[in-house]
Amino acid sequence: MILPGILASGISGHLGGNYYSIATQTLGSATSTITFSSIPSTYTHLQLRGIWQNTTSGNGYAAMTFNGVTTGNLYSGHVLGGNGSSAFANTADGQSANLFFVGSSAQTSSMMTAGIIDILDYANTNKNKTVKILYGYDTNGGTYTQEIGLASGLFMSTNAISSLTLSLTQGTNFAQYSSFALYGVK
Amino acid sequence: MMASAATYTPIATNTIGTSTATVTFSSIPGTYTDLILVTSGTVAGTGENGNSIILNGDTGSNYSVTNLYGVNGSTTGSNRQSSQTFMQIGRTSTSSQSISTVHFMNYSNTTTYKTAIARANDLPYFVMATAGLWRSTSAITSIAISNLNGNFNTGATFTLYGVLAA
Repeated sequence: MILPGILASGISGHLGGNYYSIATQTLGSATSTITFSSIPSTYTHLQLRGIWQNTTSGNGYAAMTFNGVTTGNLYSGHVLGGNGSSAFANTADGQSANLFFVGSSAQTSSMMTAGIIDILDYANTNKNKTVKILYGYDTNGGTYTQEIGLASGLFMSTNAISSLTLSLTQGTNFAQYSSFALYGVK
Repeated sequence: MMASAATYTPIATNTIGTSTATVTFSSIPGTYTDLILVTSGTVAGTGENGNSIILNGDTGSNYSVTNLYGVNGSTTGSNRQSSQTFMQIGRTSTSSQSISTVHFMNYSNTTTYKTAIARANDLPYFVMATAGLWRSTSAITSIAISNLNGNFNTGATFTLYGVLAA
């Protein structure tokens, strides 16, 4: 049986005993960096699900790095998105991190970006690592633009992923109540 | 880092036995982290095939969506709706089986508004991704699914899953 909940991201799996919660972090106060470490290599895929926003007066992007690697420009990404008026596509190659969208808490502290990030074959030591993201943020037509997108990312390393770190490209914080949950798919 | 027990659980499934205007999941427990609604089937009529969702019976102008879509293999675009009385998210076709998956993220927290993200596959000609917003801090306890075009046809299936974080 295909696992319907992550059909959007293209992973096939099974219900019941093959989808496991690994760890969750919900912010009690604004925080600049979120790290999941000591990720076991006993799964086939990882899925990071969450809601988040930044503490700046504008939308922006978060940076996701693996295994503490921030040098060598080993990350690249592509996105197909919509902003409510037109579709767009962007690419960024040779980056120091994978990037994903972060809505602004300046709109209102109650509107959160939601996203599902699949990290495929994360423990395979023969492949570079591919990431797929479905994300979205709507503001009811507010000041800060809304966005819905499908993104892919590449980490050019054959090392198994044992930690991932999230930060913000604006150098500010994830807002209180941002929450990330990491799951393993057998 | 230790993993928990399996945590992806079907809460309820409804395969309709007769043409039905609205399918409702009620008394949804607040014990999960995310809800995932999967719809599959066809609808009667012609024209717009968008699904409409009402949460907790709220028919106020508290819903909005932003869409990204591709049509007929040739046209892409994005549009949005503000202050709607339902969340237009997911689609169901008149002509062939359509599948939509809607993720209601952190649905039971009582601090933030609720954001949903979805993928809709409305064959033979439409693919869409949607971000939806319900401007309420209430936990989601019921989900009512209709279609703007007409009744869901016999055999349409609706399944609600709960995902529980550690």
